Amino acid sequence: MDGIHDMGGMDGFGKVEPEPNEPPFHASWEGRVLAMQRAMGYAGAWHIDMSRFAQERLPPQTYVTASYYQRWALAMEKNVVERGYADAEELAAGHALRPGKPLKRKLTTDVVRQGMTRGSFYRQAQAPARFKAGDRVRTKNIHPPTHTRLPRYARGRVGVVQLVHGCHAFPDAVAIDKGDDPQWLYTVVFDGAELWGPDADPTVKVSIDAFEPYLDPA
Amino acid sequence: MAEHDHDDHHHQHGSELSETQLRVRALETVLTEKGYIDPAALDAIIEAYETKVGPHNGARVVAKAWNDPAFKHALLEDASKAVSSLGHESRVGDHLVAVENTPALHNMIVCTLCSCYPWEVLGLPPVWYKSAPYRSRAVKDPRGVLADFGVSLPKATEIRVWDSTAETRFLVLPMRPPGTQGWSEERLAQLVTRDSMIGTGVAKRPDEAA
Repeated sequence: MDGIHDMGGMDGFGKVEPEPNEPPFHASWEGRVLAMQRAMGYAGAWHIDMSRFAQERLPPQTYVTASYYQRWALAMEKNVVERGYADAEELAAGHALRPGKPLKRKLTTDVVRQGMTRGSFYRQAQAPARFKAGDRVRTKNIHPPTHTRLPRYARGRVGVVQLVHGCHAFPDAVAIDKGDDPQWLYTVVFDGAELWGPDADPTVKVSIDAFEPYLDPA
Repeated sequence: MAEHDHDDHHHQHGSELSETQLRVRALETVLTEKGYIDPAALDAIIEAYETKVGPHNGARVVAKAWNDPAFKHALLEDASKAVSSLGHESRVGDHLVAVENTPALHNMIVCTLCSCYPWEVLGLPPVWYKSAPYRSRAVKDPRGVLADFGVSLPKATEIRVWDSTAETRFLVLPMRPPGTQGWSEERLAQLVTRDSMIGTGVAKRPDEAA
């Protein structure tokens, strides 16, 4: 979706302000949010792309003013309610009023390490890769109303395939419950001028990781 | 943090923080009572991110690559495999790629769409990495972003920005500072900053080390 989250190339947000000696969390609830997200992911309640899509669907004014972990919490509430793990009445009450839904497993203290290990996104290829390193490709000009990982600034642009990462679960499908729909994944590199026009810094190149359905031969 | 009555004004006075705390507590209580999550496991995850998983893991990888050409080769060839061989607390996933800085090429990592970051080797991303200023400008004006970090590169150096738009994660292998010949990996690791592994900084010089 063409949402506020797709920030690459926008102006007006100001300077980057690093914080010296930044702590891992700025409030204890931030850690609870992160850990709940991990635990619900381990339990198989939803996929990371569904979390991202839930954040993208927050109202733009919320997205830009909420803190990072506030966005996570809001997205988690959305997934909890939309996927039937609890309802709005229970969240408002702060207590379960009905029994839970079965989940495939539960993150307990004896399996915390496994819960912190990133899963593999490799999937069995359904067809041979259409592109190889060195191929020129043009990204598609697409504007799906749902989740996509093709940023706006890199749509309809010509670049060169640099790396072939294998076949991966396709976020555009996963986020809307259409299954893994495995697709080849490539690093595609663009000249700055192709993305930003003739005034771009000539020493800059930018790459994205692009799934095969985003690409046409060029 | 209510979706519809969010208000910056509250933010400044802290009342929103308590609303967030209450909401997060309610969510945790509901999910616990439903039987989905175990609060003790949450404690353990938080503790691991506070004490065990951090940029010191990545610094060890970089220092080893500086001192061990075979490891550096393996790292640039297949970073997931090379880093997994070091046995970190949080096992690295399948999709880590290491990119090498040279005098001719400076690599910088961003996630314009969300906050993708190599947690296993760098820990939790800093707030600036997840912020709108960094996400919006890194792909369009990387030299300007580097200036925000006090970093100025030669005009001829090519800057390569990697936008982490999929599950691939990138680790920058910064240039080894001069004057460090013969240093042990442990000593070298002290020069490797988090930002140097994101590409918004460079490794410390020996005279800058603590």
